[in-house]
Parts: sequence; C-alpha cells; structure tokens
Amino acid sequence: MSPMDASRPDPDELLERVQAQERASRRGRLTVFFGAAPGVGKTYAMLQAAREEASLPGSVLVGVVETHGRAETEALLFGLEVLPRREIDYRGVRLAELDLDAALARRPSLLLVDELAHTNAPGSRHPKRWQDVEEVLDAGIDVYTTLNVQHVESLTDVVARITGVVVRETVPDSVIERAHEVRLVDLPPDELIGRLNEGKVCLGDRAATAAEHFFRKGNLIALREMALRQTAAGVDRQMDEWRRDHGIERVWSPTDRIAVCVSPSPFSAQIVRAASRMAKGLHVPWFAVHVETPEYRRLPDAAKSRLAAHLRLATRLGAEVVVVPGERTAEAVLAFARGRGVTKIVVGKPRINRLRDRFRGSLVDEIVRGSGAIDVLATAGEGEPESVTAGPGGQKRAAAWPYLASAGIMVACATAARLLFGVDNIADSVMVLLLGVVVAALRLGYGPSLLAAGLSALAFDFAFTPPYFSFAMDHAPHVLTFVVMFVVAFVISHLARRARDQAQAAREREQRTAMLYAFTRELARTPGTEALAAVAAGEIAKALDGRVAVFVPDGAGGLRVLHRNRGEKPAGDEAAVARWAWEHERDAGLGTDTLPSTPGLYVPLVGSRGRVGVLAVTPVAPAALQDVSRRRLLDALATQTATAMERALLAEETQQVRLDAEREHLRNTLLGSVSHDLRTPLAGITGAASTLVADADTLPAATRRDLAQSIAEEADRLGRRVRDLLDMTRLESRAVELHREWQPVEEVIGAALAGMEGALAGREVRTAVAPDLPLVPIDAVLIEKALVNLLENAVKYSPPGTPIEVGAAGSQGEVVVWVADRGPGVPTGEESRVFEKFWRSRDAGNASVRAGGVGLGLAVCRAAVELHGGRIRVENLAEGGAAFRFSLPLRGTPPAVPTEDGEGSG
Amino acid sequence: MSDAGPLVLLVEDESQMRRFLRVCLAGRGFRLVESETGQDGLVQAATRNPDVVLLDLGLPDLDGVEVTRRLREWSQAPVIVISARGQEADKVAALDAGADDYLTKPFGVEELQARIRVALRHRERSAEHPEPVFEAGDLRVDLHRRQVYVGGTEVHLTPIEYKLLATLVRYAGRVITHRQLLTDVWGVAYATQTQYLRVFMGQLRHKLEADPAQPKHLLTEPGVGYRLRVE
Repeated sequence: MSPMDASRPDPDELLERVQAQERASRRGRLTVFFGAAPGVGKTYAMLQAAREEASLPGSVLVGVVETHGRAETEALLFGLEVLPRREIDYRGVRLAELDLDAALARRPSLLLVDELAHTNAPGSRHPKRWQDVEEVLDAGIDVYTTLNVQHVESLTDVVARITGVVVRETVPDSVIERAHEVRLVDLPPDELIGRLNEGKVCLGDRAATAAEHFFRKGNLIALREMALRQTAAGVDRQMDEWRRDHGIERVWSPTDRIAVCVSPSPFSAQIVRAASRMAKGLHVPWFAVHVETPEYRRLPDAAKSRLAAHLRLATRLGAEVVVVPGERTAEAVLAFARGRGVTKIVVGKPRINRLRDRFRGSLVDEIVRGSGAIDVLATAGEGEPESVTAGPGGQKRAAAWPYLASAGIMVACATAARLLFGVDNIADSVMVLLLGVVVAALRLGYGPSLLAAGLSALAFDFAFTPPYFSFAMDHAPHVLTFVVMFVVAFVISHLARRARDQAQAAREREQRTAMLYAFTRELARTPGTEALAAVAAGEIAKALDGRVAVFVPDGAGGLRVLHRNRGEKPAGDEAAVARWAWEHERDAGLGTDTLPSTPGLYVPLVGSRGRVGVLAVTPVAPAALQDVSRRRLLDALATQTATAMERALLAEETQQVRLDAEREHLRNTLLGSVSHDLRTPLAGITGAASTLVADADTLPAATRRDLAQSIAEEADRLGRRVRDLLDMTRLESRAVELHREWQPVEEVIGAALAGMEGALAGREVRTAVAPDLPLVPIDAVLIEKALVNLLENAVKYSPPGTPIEVGAAGSQGEVVVWVADRGPGVPTGEESRVFEKFWRSRDAGNASVRAGGVGLGLAVCRAAVELHGGRIRVENLAEGGAAFRFSLPLRGTPPAVPTEDGEGSG
Repeated sequence: MSDAGPLVLLVEDESQMRRFLRVCLAGRGFRLVESETGQDGLVQAATRNPDVVLLDLGLPDLDGVEVTRRLREWSQAPVIVISARGQEADKVAALDAGADDYLTKPFGVEELQARIRVALRHRERSAEHPEPVFEAGDLRVDLHRRQVYVGGTEVHLTPIEYKLLATLVRYAGRVITHRQLLTDVWGVAYATQTQYLRVFMGQLRHKLEADPAQPKHLLTEPGVGYRLRVE
C-alpha cells in the first residue's frame, strides 16, 4: 500500500465521526413506551424496538431492564450490551441502580432505561430516575423508556380516586411532553387479567390484596382510558406543532394566562395539579402564586415546609413560581394577576366554615369581588388531603409566664379599680379593666390577651356587680355590660395582635431591605472578583447562618473555589454538585431535586450576560433554607452577587483590553525602533559592499580596506542589536529556563570581561571582587549576558580611555555586583527609566545618543536579574560617572564541597 | 600532512556560509571539501579522510550531535561544531558526543583559524606523545616533574588542583566541558557536581592568575566549560 492510500480516511470512519458530532450537538430523543398498567408488555415492546436499532454493534446499551425473570423478555436481551448496575448499600440492603456516569462515559447512541418513574436509592445523584434520563438526554444520547399512566404527575390524584392507590413515584408531565415519541402499548383489560391469572404479570413485592384491588376490571378500563387520552393529547400536541410549523392559525388565545393560589393547606397540592392540567389543556403559561402575609411568620414549621413542597411541585409541573408579599391575600393575588396579564385565577374552595368568612366573605369571594375581567375558578381538592412532604416540624411550646403576667395584670387592675372607685363608679372601673386588656394585648401576645379579655369580664362580674365577690349576677343591665365588655376586650386583643403582626412584618421587611441595600452598597465598593466573593460570602453567611463558598470557572472547563469562609470544607462531593449546578444553570443540593442529600445548597450565579459562578450555602440548620422568605432572601443576595461579579469581570476585561492596547503600542514602538536601528547599519553595509562590488578594480587598496572595515563594524553593531532583541523576546516570552548552578560570581565576571576584550581595548578595567564570597545559585549564561550588557553600556556612555570598575561584595543574604564608569552619569530623574525598553536619554548633548542602539541592553539586564529574584538600580557617583548595581539573592543551601587535606603537589 | 595543506571537510547547508568559509580557508592554504547534508558529510568523511571537520549543528537531515556520534564510531578526525548563540545545551551535547571544539556564529576568520590550528596540533600530538612542558605567557607546566611556575616562581598546588591543571594542559587551547573535567579529575560518579569544579577552578586561578577576575590563562566558556589559553 502506498503512503497515499494509508492516509486516505475510511468512509465508514468518516461517517461515524460525523454522526458522533451530530450526537454531541443535539439533545437526545426520548421514546416513551406508555401503558395503562403493569403487565401490558412495555418492556417487551421496548426491547423489540431496540433490537431493530441495534444493527451497529455497540450502538445500543441496556442501562436498566427489569425482565422479572420472564423467558421471552430475557431472550430479547440476548446480544445486547448490558451495563453493570451500580450497587448502593442502603441500611444493609443492596440496591442496584442505573450507573449514570458509566452510561454517560460509554456514550451509546441509544440507552434503554426501564421504569422511568423509579425512585433512586438515597445517595444517588438524583432522587428520581427520570432526572438521570434527563441528564442522559442532555448529553445527546437517545433513550427508550417505559412508563405507566398512574405515574404521570398531573394524573396521580385522578388515579388515586379511581383505584384508591396513592402513587408516590411520579414523573413530571413536562418530561413526557418533551418526549420525541410516546408509543402506546395497549392490551385489552380482559387479556391483561388473563395474563395476570397465568402468572405472566410480575407484581413485585406489592401486597397481593392491594394488587388484586388494583387489577379489577373497572380500574383497568379507567386506566386504559386515561392512557389512551394521554396519548391522544400527545398526538394533539404534535398536530398543533405541525400546524404552527406550517403557519396554520392557532385555535386558542395566545394571551391566556393562569395563576393558581398556593397555600400551606394540605389540599393545595391538588389545586396546583388541577391548574396544571388546565394550563396544559389550554396550552398556556401558568403561575403558582403564594402571598406572604404577616400571618406567614406565625405558621408552624410543618406548614412552612408543606408550602415549600407545594411550590416545588408547581415548579416541577412547569409553573413559574412567584412569592409576593402582601397584607391581604386577595388584593395581592389580583394585583399580581393584573400586572402579569393573567386571565384565569384558580383558587381552592374553602373547606372549613370560618367565622371570619361569615362577615367578610371567603378568599374566593374576595377575589371574585375584585376580579373584574379575570375569570376565577374555585376548585375543591378531592379525597384525602395530600401531605406532599412532612418535614419534621417542632410545635412551638407556648411559655407560661405571659399568661401568669396577664392574670397578674388583671388582678392588679381589678384590685386598683375596686380600691379607687368602689362599686359605685362602674364606668371608671370598666375603663381600668379594659386598660389592663390593652396592656396585655400590646405586650404579652395573643393568647394572654384573650385570657385578659376573659378575666376582665369575670373580674367585672366578681367584684363590681352585686352580689359582690360572687360570679352570680342578678341585675340585667350588668349582664349586658358584662357581654359588651367581653366583646370589646376580645376586639382589642384582635386589633392589637394585628397591629403587632404588621409592625413585625414591616420591621422584617425593613431589615431585609436594609440588609440588601447595605449588601449592594458593600459590593459596589469592592473591586475585583476575589474580594467581591469574600465580601459576599461573609455577608451571606451572616444573613443565613451557614458556611458559604463561591465557585468560579477555572479556565480549564472546571470550577475552582474562589472564596470559602470558615476554612473547613463541608462533607460530600461538593465539586460535583457545584459543577452540576453550573452546567445546568439550576439549583442543586439541599432542598432541590438534584442530590438533595448534600448538606449545602448550590445556586448558580447568573448575571445579565450569562453565568459567572456558583454560590454554595451550607446552613447550620438544614431546615433553615426551607423557609420561603429565607430562600427569597438568598435568591436576592445571589442575584446581587452575580451582578456585582459580572461587573467586576467586565472591569477586569476592560483592564485587560487596556493592557493589550498598551502592549500593542509598545509593539509599534518596538517595530519603529527596530526598523530604524536595524536599517541604519544595514544601509552602511549595503552601501560599502555594493561599492566594493562595483568598483573593486578601480578603488585604491586603502579605500577598499576602509570600506571592508566599515562593513565589519556595522555588521558587529547589527549583530549586537539582533542579539539584544532576541534575548529580550526570549526573556519576555518566559521561554527561558533558568539553569541555576552554585558558582562564584568571580568566574562569571571573568567570563564577561574575557568576552568583552575587544571592546574594552584601551580601557583600564579595575576589578574589586571581595574575597571569600559565597557561591551563588545562578544561571551563568544569563548573568554573563547581563554583565556584558552593563559593560557595553559603560563603554558606550563614557569617554574612551576612562577606567571602568567591576566589583562584587557580599551583603545580607545576597551578593551585589556592580559596574561603574566615569561618564556623565544618568540624567537626574531617569534613574529607573533607563531600564525600560527603548529608553533613550533625552539629553541630546549626550555622546551616547549618537551611539544609538535599540535601548534594550539594560532592559535585558533587568529581566535577567529579576528572573533570579534580584534587583537592579543605577546611581550617579559623587566622583562622577554611573554605577549599576544588581543583587543576586542566596536562596537555599549551597552544596558542600569537600576541602583537600593534602599539601602542595611539589 | 600533505604538501597541499590540511584538508577541511565543511558540512554546512547555508550557501552564504559555505562561500565565506571557502574564500577564507582557501586564502589561508587549506584544501576544502564541501557537504550540504549530514549524510553526505559522513560519506565524504569516510572517502576523503579529512584532517579536520567543520560541522554545522543545524543541518536539514541529521542532527549535528548525531553526525558527531556516528563519525566518532570510526574516525578520530577533529570535529569543530558551528552553532548559533543560545544553544549552549547543544554545544555541550556535541562536545560530550566527541566533538573537539565549537565556534559560535557569527565568528571572525581569525577565531576560525585559531580553532583549526589548535585542533590540528592536537591531532598531531595525540598521534605522537604529549609535549612534556606547556608554556603560555608567564605560565609554565612541567608534566614530567609535576611542577608549575608562574613568572619563574614555582607554585604549590594541591593534588586535585594539579590534576585539574594537568587535564586542561592535555587539552590546551580546546574547550573541555564540565562533565569531561569532572569525570577526568574526580571520576564518573561526580560528573554533575559542577560546584566542585568551580571551587577548585577558583583556587587555581587565585594561585596562577595575576587578577582572578580577569583570567589570562584559565578561561570560562559560560554554560559549556573551560579552556586553557595557548598563546
């Protein structure tokens, strides 16, 4: 085979490469094998379809397939590559899960993952298998999966109503909607029951009675209907998409928007589901709105975590979750609805007949009254209330002392009134008692104030109405006074409580606002991303009581910790969680759907131009972040941090651009300088050489020698400049590697002087090397170069015949080397500038200006010395001339050199 | 040596360089064989048996160090490598591979002639016996009697100092790499202990040189090694 043939690409290989690229660039396609109930043959159908795709070896990978030991299903697995499961040890039970990382690393074109609704073992990356599948799809891998209708999130309550079985493993509707294809695997109920009786349906570990209940014919018919409907809805959606793609008018109003009111009530989850179904049916966007009223503060923790769960459910079902603060729920919801153009509000029907509703009307009534053009749909949660999650919520125990204080106040008031006014002046006495109620209501809280209200009425009865010091009452007007008094006291309690709550809420809002304001101002004052991260982490840690870390891209595709407060690293693989949050631009970790077992919450920092980093918050109390208002505060802080980081990054970029511009300017200066300084000697050489070529025969010998001499000199000059340029370029590009060796500077000085022999002819060179200098760790070639340049400089800038001094002396931890001349010295004020590139003395009378040169010699010196960690400077000597000194630090311990004990050799 | 002058084999790919060397070598009584590649150079070295080889390190086909190594397998002809500045490591590699000396571009004709002369002298001497007495300027080394004089006064050296000086004298005029010197004086195990060499070279300079910071005899070749000046 000739070399040409060997390099020609194989067409198959090319095709494969193109396909691989396509795979990487697009999201994978999801095909769902959808059935009404277990046992309809979904897995079988999936495997059959996969076998058709498996024409290329290695293209199909079996991630998870449950054959339940059925022979015909197992037969279909033959010849397919099966990925080993990842075994997780959970409380002594070995659970085998899909090995997500192995599947992603293996990169098949098609991955088979049975039972989409499966819940992963605790400690897996995602709690749910459908989340694993999402990640596989995002990686551009196609997936075949199976799903039963009862696992569709929005249908679970309907299924529960039909079958009485509450399904806990659910898959969000959005996953199914985004599927490329939903293939219905259908089996008539009679046949399914037949298969069940033949033992062909695996019921797993489910209790047989429950299973029997589930597989009743009526249930199966209903489930089948739901599966068919669901599939039909999918087809409908495809039809709509096709119409849209082909420019056919949509049949629904594109402006419709739905808002659902979310509360901590256990029934709220069902209302959220109902709204989701409605929004899906109408193909419109929808919002889940929670109004944070002053009462929110008083909710028990269990209710707060229930509310958080409801909001998460809404997010999963595709809603945009909005939390608005407000005094009254109805007002706030309506204001939001108007602001966002919502056309339909879904709200739960009141279940409990509350006294307040009698007077003011229920929430539904309030909303309806103010709704105007907006439709209001009141829907009832059906069946048992769902408890989506039940976080461990400790009931707050009321302290006893406010009640005692309350009782004390009332006793004191009654006694005082009785002593002051006796029994005749009832009106004044009542006022004193009410004053006690007001004090109790304002100071001691709701419960004690109610107690005070009751006590005030009783005290009135006991001490001020005949018969005295008895609870009996024999005078009708007094009974009326008693009742009125109790009602007034009760109303005072209520009003006082309300005022206190509002004040408290206002104070909290105020604190939050002030905190955010201070935070923003602090960030605005802080320059640089690193300092910003430190400030932000400190403030956020203080505000949320936890440890905070800020991650930023490391420039190599990964993330690095830019700042972490309180040194220690939290347990768990935080880098992986941070990475996930970064890549998916979604929250991960504690309280989210991804790696919820992580101790921290990872929030991507997204600015206006894109993501800038990840914020990790590990709260001291894991439940702390469940609180909606705290989460909102965290989101606000994260947004501010992201904005500030983005600003800092932009500033850094601008700085970089400015530096680049400066470098560009320098490069232009260099080009100008170089072209001038290289052309001048070149012109001389060319002129002299061309004269020699043209007139070689006619020129007198002396002239010829003159011309040749000038060529040699100019070439020498040119050579030196090229050398300096090359040295500078190499030193600046950091291509120079230091070859440090321990050696005496005396030797390097000697080498430099020997190399300069020609140029130093006619000069007296005085050397002053201190005896017993230690060895220094230097690169002899570079330091010799620096010395040669300093010597050349001295020759250039001092009159011919004047002496030059070279010396070296030890100092603390370093050796100082100097070169001094007897020239005019360095112009005052230019002592540091002489080491800059392309510097030339402004002193036009200076002989050196004529000597010219690119002005790189001293810059090379400085670069060489600084590379060794030393410093170089110049000073004018009192006796005239300039002295250049550079230091060479003594780092490390010099190697030992054994001394000789022997005497002279004789 | 033949009457027609020593035969120089020039292995160099740049034509301008060859032209310059041709003119100046011919003008100084040398005969010249030219080669543009390393492979051809090796063939020419085998067929023409040159007295000295001028070898450019940057050849298009073969690495100059590799050419030196192959040449050394069967030829004792002195090899002078020609290299650009800043290639100290290459120079050392070529010298350790068996080259006798080096020249750094750009170089003058005087320098070239001096190097060739030293190389030829060594070739003759190694054929016969080394000269028993070395003299350069005020320095006189009597290898038979193991005596060293500076300006007529005997100087006492330690055994290692003497061994170091004797090695330099043996290669007088030629560059010797640190590795060569360390191996010859201290032994193979000390081949990288350059600080030994530097300390003893300093001691030697203090005993032999009028101004150790401006040596006239014991020259340093930075990054490469040392050279004992002959004239």
